[in-house]
Amino acid sequence: MLLIHCPYCRMARPESEFRYGGEAHVVRPAEPANVSDADWAAFLYMRANPKGIHAERWRHVHGCGRFFNALRNTVTDQILRTYPAGTPQPALDAHAEDGR
Amino acid sequence: MRFSLFSLARQALGGHARWPAQWRSPEPKAAYDAVIVGAGGHGLGTAYYLAKAHGLRNIAVVEKGWLGGGNTGRNTTIIRSNYLWEESEAIYELSVKLWETLSDELNYNVMYSPRGVMMLAHTVHDIQVFKRHVHANRLAGIDNEWLTPEEAKAFCSPLNISPKLRYPVLGAALQRRGGTARHDAVAWGYARAASALGVDIIENAEVTAIRRDANGAVEGVETTRGTIKSKKVGVVAAGHTSVLMNMAGVRMPLESYPLQALVSEPVKPVLSCVVMSNTVHAYISQSDKGELVIGAGTDAYTSYSQTGGLHVSAHTLDAICDLFPTFRRMRMMRNWGGIVDVTPDRSPIIGLTPVPGLYVNCGWGTGGFKATPGSAYVFAATMARGEPHPVAAPFALERFTTGRLIDEAAAAAVAH
Ligand SMILES: Cc1cc2nc3c(=O)[nH]c(=O)nc-3n(C[C@H](O)[C@H](O)[C@H](O)COP(=O)(O)OP(=O)(O)OC[C@H]3O[C@@H](n4cnc5c(N)ncnc54)[C@H](O)[C@@H]3O)c2cc1C
Ligand SMILES: [Zn+2]
Repeated sequence: MLLIHCPYCRMARPESEFRYGGEAHVVRPAEPANVSDADWAAFLYMRANPKGIHAERWRHVHGCGRFFNALRNTVTDQILRTYPAGTPQPALDAHAEDGR
Repeated sequence: MRFSLFSLARQALGGHARWPAQWRSPEPKAAYDAVIVGAGGHGLGTAYYLAKAHGLRNIAVVEKGWLGGGNTGRNTTIIRSNYLWEESEAIYELSVKLWETLSDELNYNVMYSPRGVMMLAHTVHDIQVFKRHVHANRLAGIDNEWLTPEEAKAFCSPLNISPKLRYPVLGAALQRRGGTARHDAVAWGYARAASALGVDIIENAEVTAIRRDANGAVEGVETTRGTIKSKKVGVVAAGHTSVLMNMAGVRMPLESYPLQALVSEPVKPVLSCVVMSNTVHAYISQSDKGELVIGAGTDAYTSYSQTGGLHVSAHTLDAICDLFPTFRRMRMMRNWGGIVDVTPDRSPIIGLTPVPGLYVNCGWGTGGFKATPGSAYVFAATMARGEPHPVAAPFALERFTTGRLIDEAAAAAVAH
């Protein structure tokens, strides 16, 4: 069970209050009719699935109800940063990756 | 050496002290005709069929840990072929047919036990979906039958069919030829048979890079035990497939999740079949050692941690205790996780990749143990000929671009 900090409620709450929303910053093409099949497949299905830092969406369903993003290390499951939806992915300092 | 009653008796007389090693542990050579990355059941099986059926002998299987230490050695071993679509029926049924003779084929007892797999229906939607599967399977000549709750109870006496349950059992789909096999024996049996045909199994060698020549074609892999050249590389790495394909610059439609299982203390025979419930989320069978083998769900988020949240297995135990009140006071002895590679349509990806010489067999997610022999068989043919085996062809990576998905979400949602 993860402890997740909601950037809107400004509280760390148990994972069971949240719903996972998959990879963050996957942008829907503005005009789907004009993209190639390959680009559409990339948008719909291809995922980074990294072993390491992952930018991902979460929704505080049993709290404020809002979407936000998190940077999590998928090896340790440690959440390094959470930030509001729609804001760019924050840069991590050199030590963040190893969890310090 | 071949296993036989005679060899068993002779070794017994010698106090079992003189059994030879079952496979060689060679140093890696500089180059091979084919390299398989990942010594799980699918990878070892692929090497075996490449050697046995396609005449390739100069093959290496490269494994970062110990062979069979991935999902092959971590799964709950449910085998069945009652999937919905014809493409799936073809590959899973090919596997069941191979399971039926695998112990003889490998001269190794994989303990395939067709004890029947019963999938419980708890909602009107479940009933409709399962009946649709029963009809589709029977049209394809695959056994699958519908049981009333009373018939389900007659087949599996500890099952609680009380209508007072929060999710009462409203019926079940039963595949009698479904069952289980011994997971380790599958890896060991293929390893032993492949090694005897000259395949080099190289453990403790993690692939860290995939090398490509000036034209982009594969020319080998870098490993923690040195560079190994090969113009044919097959990635069979389950939960780590995205990581490996990324080394060759290929993005995959995969997400890796922890999936958990647990076993109880051993007890006398009490559960003679496999019972699965997707809706309340519980899978259970009893091993020949007497342990109840229980499968839980995946975590909500992608991870490579190889553990899972405790609340996920606790949720499954709630369901088990409702369905089998007689197990309520049993103790759970061990639980663990494996990293499963999940595709958007819950069907595997088998075949060629955009990189010449690079092949991939992955996406088996929560349910690929049952497919081990069939998957290895068609993947070996695909790698040997450089074109998809007919049974593998629908599972090509291109289906995510063409849109010809093979949607088994209903059968496989989180199930096995
Ligand atoms: C808890 C659990 C329960 C399951 N229950 C069932 C079930 O009941 N029925 C069913 O059909 N399926 C089930 N499955 C799914 C099944 O286990 C898998 O689909 C199947 O075993 C995959 O086999 P594999 O050989 O492809 O993968 P694995 O056995 O995982 O082998 C892949 C190998 O690749 C190696 N590897 C990874 N990266 C590298 C690298 N960089 N270099 C070298 N080697 C590398 C790994 O160490 C591993 O040994 C379950 C899975 C889990 C985790
Ligand atoms: Zn909130």
